[in-house]
Amino acid sequence: MYPSRFQYEAPTSLSEAIALLSAHDDAKVLAGGQSLIPMMKLRFAAPAVIVDINNIPKLDQHGVHADGSYRIGALVRHAALEKSTTLGEHQPLLASAAPLVADPIVRTRGTFVGSVCHADPQGDWASCMVALDGSILAQGPNGRRTIGVDEFVAGPFQTVLAPNEIAIQAIIPKPVGTRAGGYLKLERRVGDFATAGAAVGLQMDGDTVVQAGIGLTGVGARTINASEAAAALVGNRLDPDVIGTAAGLAAGVAQPRSDHRGSADYKRHVIETFVSRILTDAARTPEKVA
Amino acid sequence: MSLFEEVPVSIGNDVPRRRVEISLNGERRAAEVEPRLLLAHLIRNGFRLTGTHTGCDTTNCGACTVLFDGAPVKSCTMFAVQADGHEVTTVEGLAQSEQLHPIQEGFKDEHGLQCGFCTPGMMLSAKALLDENPNPTEDEVRWALSGNLCRCTGYQNIVKAVLWAADKMRGPDADTGTAADETGAG
Repeated sequence: MYPSRFQYEAPTSLSEAIALLSAHDDAKVLAGGQSLIPMMKLRFAAPAVIVDINNIPKLDQHGVHADGSYRIGALVRHAALEKSTTLGEHQPLLASAAPLVADPIVRTRGTFVGSVCHADPQGDWASCMVALDGSILAQGPNGRRTIGVDEFVAGPFQTVLAPNEIAIQAIIPKPVGTRAGGYLKLERRVGDFATAGAAVGLQMDGDTVVQAGIGLTGVGARTINASEAAAALVGNRLDPDVIGTAAGLAAGVAQPRSDHRGSADYKRHVIETFVSRILTDAARTPEKVA
Repeated sequence: MSLFEEVPVSIGNDVPRRRVEISLNGERRAAEVEPRLLLAHLIRNGFRLTGTHTGCDTTNCGACTVLFDGAPVKSCTMFAVQADGHEVTTVEGLAQSEQLHPIQEGFKDEHGLQCGFCTPGMMLSAKALLDENPNPTEDEVRWALSGNLCRCTGYQNIVKAVLWAADKMRGPDADTGTAADETGAG
């Protein structure tokens, strides 16, 4: 399958890339291309101009920023996060999700930020961003702005990015406690869309939860922020009652549809089980360390 | 009066071709391509290396896997222009003259293929794994090949083939230090 014809541009600086986006009506940024290129081949997308940002330096870096936040550049591939030896100590949720994104070959090319920008309700990283209260740093002709992920995603496959803005970084805020949590996903086979997935981001003070976020994958028309379930954790220890309450609340806000991957009830059950498992595991981990 | 009249084809939106220079299996090759040409098509139809297969054409099956600067990518999901200045290894780049690569030997020895359609992609994913991890466990092999689909073998012999190759590539003297040996020594 061939995509429609397009004009190809490969700028080597962000300002050049933004100028190209401003100069053309129907231009699209190409990073990893693992969603965009299939969509172009199927002609769901037919941009007139492709602005390939792969030759722009310094976008492939991730790590702790001077302000304590964790930053992930627009060209950080899933594989770079999966293979990182330092990600886990700072971002256990992201480290547990990285090996579950797509398949190993797609992970070589696909990017974290690109996945968030694709805004697929089945996207794993969007749920992690919701659970971690992350935001996107966007750069346009008039400078930079930071957009919280809940606001960033306007709907399925839609974001609030202006046509001449580029998402240059994902930002995970500076933690107020010790980070814990994880990601679980059910898929029929590696690389399939998620039947259901759950991301739980925790910040602990000893064995008390001081901050929490829960994002749900594939069980609604958009990534679901299970904020009430997360709020039920804050100020509490992760004992079985608290875990059961939070898992039940998370399953309650899921809006799954019955399809060939499973019935709505089944998917809701999977969410409850996943949230409960991640929290139970997090409750055990500090003891292991101690 | 005719009900049909042929009109000139309007291609429209005419896009200039771009020059691409890649290191293909260690050899410098150049081509002028339309930007929408996929890397898989450049390799197969342009450079006539038909060992790279196009299976699903929708980023699912991994039959078109090649190594891009040493890492496995689906060549149906990259534009050829993006390979400019990069190294690409296809299945044709595995054997050295008449000498099969140990991974190829392993697939032969362990019957790691039936129809053979997925085999080039499997072997390149295996090569990327063994370059990074010369002594993988069976689980690690299965994990590394999880983006490559096979509809014949049930994967069992493919996994055996990769473990066979890993063993051969480590050589006779490097066979200490595996989990099995440590158990035996203890």
